[in-house]
Amino acid sequence: MRLLFISGLLAAFWLLLSGHYVPLILALGAVSVVLVTWFVNRMDKVDGEPLSMRLGFGLVGYLAWLMWQVVLSNVTLARRIWDPRLPIRPTWQRLDTSVSTPLEKTLYANSITLTPGTLTTDVKRDHFMIHSLSPEGMEDLRQGEMEGRIRRLRI
Amino acid sequence: MLLAAIVAVMVTMLLALVRAFLGPTAYDRMLAASSFGTKTVLLIALGGHAMSWHSYLDVALLYAMVNFVATVAVMRFFEYRAAREATEGGESAS
Amino acid sequence: MSVVIQWVSDILLLAGGLLCVTGGIGLIRMPDFFSRVHAAGVTETLAAPLLLVGLMLQLEWSLDMFKALMVLVFILATNPTASHAMAKAALHGGLRPWQADQDKTAGGAPSSNS
Repeated sequence: MRLLFISGLLAAFWLLLSGHYVPLILALGAVSVVLVTWFVNRMDKVDGEPLSMRLGFGLVGYLAWLMWQVVLSNVTLARRIWDPRLPIRPTWQRLDTSVSTPLEKTLYANSITLTPGTLTTDVKRDHFMIHSLSPEGMEDLRQGEMEGRIRRLRI
Repeated sequence: MLLAAIVAVMVTMLLALVRAFLGPTAYDRMLAASSFGTKTVLLIALGGHAMSWHSYLDVALLYAMVNFVATVAVMRFFEYRAAREATEGGESAS
Repeated sequence: MSVVIQWVSDILLLAGGLLCVTGGIGLIRMPDFFSRVHAAGVTETLAAPLLLVGLMLQLEWSLDMFKALMVLVFILATNPTASHAMAKAALHGGLRPWQADQDKTAGGAPSSNS
């Protein structure tokens, strides 16, 4: 069932990207879809942790919120860059976190890095190492709004 | 306005090149090269549209992929080299 | 293409171009490698989406628009990974971030906040 879903997704992706609908190209596409589906199947066996397909509305809502955060922090950082005094006070500190599952950790660490001004430099079992351009960025993370939103996704 | 955007991207590429030459560490140079690569993707996308090329977006997509893999690969190489030199007691990489 | 879409596209392209140059300036002005990663992030997380969405509006509904969207999604999805790989490699290579408040040692005492 999951493999069927993946091959359907891959086929749609191929058709959209190619734009040529002649037999030869379609046949090549079919071969690619079958090969990639096979690879994915094998990788899941090695990985031991197949990605669940629960892409709910929660994730879409979270991504929308994340995009807005990215815009806000970009504006802040652009202001700092254009300021003649260059008002940055970089810090490099540990951030204790309670996210536990690998998927949550990945999403959290990537979200932190995606917002300019904060950068995940290392991921450990119960804490991240964060480089922040200003102590305020660090404080915002400690407030835990982003973490709370990720935990509410229950992925 | 498309032209203005293209000029802006090219100016940024120039700034990234300056950083690549200034260094001072290899990581700075690689950061500049990676940033330059992303700007190249944007330049291909915008310039291709302005000059109405064919299939320019496929090129842009491919370039984005190659740029990402190249950045991660080079950084991996740096990391392993640093780890090896640390165990051998050599000078740290810079 | 309607006039309104043209205007919106122009505004997005202009804003994206300005932010792009901002990131470039940041790349030059920032004092150390780790803060430069943040500056490079500006051009990749906001300038690139603005420019590509501006381009998508000019392409209208077509396969090309979908491809531009794919480029955008790909840049956004890979940027954090690339930044993280660079920061981690630099740390392993012995580079340490310059900090404004040196008394707060990194990785030292656990934070008061849980």
